Amino acid sequence: MPAPAELNIDHVAKLARLALTPEEKAKFAQQLGDVLHHIEQLSKVDVSGVEPTAHAFPIYNVWADDVAKPGLPVEAALRNAPAQRDNMIVVPKVVE
Amino acid sequence: MNTELFFKPATELADLLGAGKLSAVELTKAVVNRTKAVEARVKAFNSFDEADALVQAAASDARRAAGQARGPLDGIPIGFKDVISVAGQPLTASSRMLANFVSPYDATVTRKLKDAGAISWGRLNLDEFAMGSSTENSAFQVTCNPWDLTRVPGGSSGGSAAALAAGEAIATLGSDTGGSIRQPAALCGVVGLKPTYGLVSRYGLIAFASSLDQIGPFARTVDDAALLLEAIAGHDPLDSTSVNQPVPRYREEMKRIRAEKRRFRLGIPREYFGEGLDPEVGAAVEKAIDFYRSQDCEIKEVSLPHTQYGVGVYYIIATAECSSNLARYDGIRYGHRSKEARDVVDLYFKSRAEGFGPEVKRRIILGTYVLSSGYYDAFYLRAQKVRTLIRQDFLTAYRDVDAILTPTSPTPAFRAGDKSDPLAMYLCDVYTIGVNLAGLPGISVPCGFSAGGLPIGLQLIGQPFKEAELLAIAGLYESGHDWQRMHPKL
Repeated sequence: MPAPAELNIDHVAKLARLALTPEEKAKFAQQLGDVLHHIEQLSKVDVSGVEPTAHAFPIYNVWADDVAKPGLPVEAALRNAPAQRDNMIVVPKVVE
Repeated sequence: MNTELFFKPATELADLLGAGKLSAVELTKAVVNRTKAVEARVKAFNSFDEADALVQAAASDARRAAGQARGPLDGIPIGFKDVISVAGQPLTASSRMLANFVSPYDATVTRKLKDAGAISWGRLNLDEFAMGSSTENSAFQVTCNPWDLTRVPGGSSGGSAAALAAGEAIATLGSDTGGSIRQPAALCGVVGLKPTYGLVSRYGLIAFASSLDQIGPFARTVDDAALLLEAIAGHDPLDSTSVNQPVPRYREEMKRIRAEKRRFRLGIPREYFGEGLDPEVGAAVEKAIDFYRSQDCEIKEVSLPHTQYGVGVYYIIATAECSSNLARYDGIRYGHRSKEARDVVDLYFKSRAEGFGPEVKRRIILGTYVLSSGYYDAFYLRAQKVRTLIRQDFLTAYRDVDAILTPTSPTPAFRAGDKSDPLAMYLCDVYTIGVNLAGLPGISVPCGFSAGGLPIGLQLIGQPFKEAELLAIAGLYESGHDWQRMHPKL
């Protein structure tokens, strides 16, 4: 198991698309260091031959009939949009 | 002494409503007035809509007058944790990210309760996005424990527990990812039930950790919890983890099981009674064990040897899943959008930085890290394997016992501000987390008070989908005690 020191907070914050202040970075690095130190004890467990559990009661292949049903009306779907115009969500320009 | 209406159990109120001795409008007004009288001190609600509640109550009375009452929940005011959608009402997850969000539709549990005639009453405070154990992580307010206003109500469903304990609702709903129903129920002296994973639909619940999240009721009595569970459980095509099997009539089933006078076998896991357990909590739980023994139950010591790894496994799996689930909050389609952004990528970074509070950011960082390239096998995959071992521990124990009995929380309610260190806060959930990792049902039932007058909770952990038996065992304890009749003085 990797040592907690390997947590590169700048890299991880970039992956998470999360802007952090220098104060947050310093504080989180220290706090998460403690948490990772606690987590390290998992390396003591013998997991050879153990299957991973993703869900306690896995259900596979849940199918729905391919039938059209009424969805949210456009107005309701856009009600929470931060900016909208002509039944569309307004976003910053993506291509020049 | 006559119990005030707002402290009566739902089943008792249902009888009064059914006999015409009480109207839904009278009951709703009693709850609204109580809320107005104490809410400034308890701070359990993020929002409530008095006019809307009274309209629902009048409709309930009209149904009843027309001979079309829908059952025992018709006319009963129920509060919702503010992560459960109620159409047309705010839905904030106690986050600035969703401060202005309005639910476009009802969650399945909301629709089911409305179909049963219940009155949707208010959205209840929580730790932001259900991440925390004290409700101090709310972006809006810190909810107070009605038994001692300087102390926390527990979390993350602290508002749901505090509102019920304070008489501001007749029952409430919460969600439980690592103990978020059972721990606040214990700290506020009410019943809290986390159902088996897959029993209750999560459609319309704001997702935190999808392999763990489950919705469940807070109630004054075990019978009330059974009533609520019966209303919200059941298969839902809109939640693909929802299990397709018939829903038992829990109240009847638990009565039938009780009437059998079966000799319940209860397992006591020695790992749950070690270091870190407050002596007063330990003594109260020991007394509960003695009570079960006196009721001819068979008490057996069992071992759950991987217990100590639960918190570590949980904080890998839950944060990994949260980092994925919360990726949707990008400032584009809904939620907070930064006004400072230069371009679309900057918009993601800044909207998320401005919208999320510190605990949510910490968990997103940890979850992103454990899933990142080069670390997945060491953290996430290993945690999933240890999760298998934790689950097997429980299933092995169930060869010999019907249910497992433990404390719900290592300590009674602590003071606000006392656990500023995240790891210390995470360790509050040490007795509740295993239940979520194994997907089991668990219930917290009041089992006494500390010398300082703080409630203590007893946790009973059942076998998958055997809620009726779990409720029967919890009901056996409750019927020999009066804790549920004690209410905080506010």
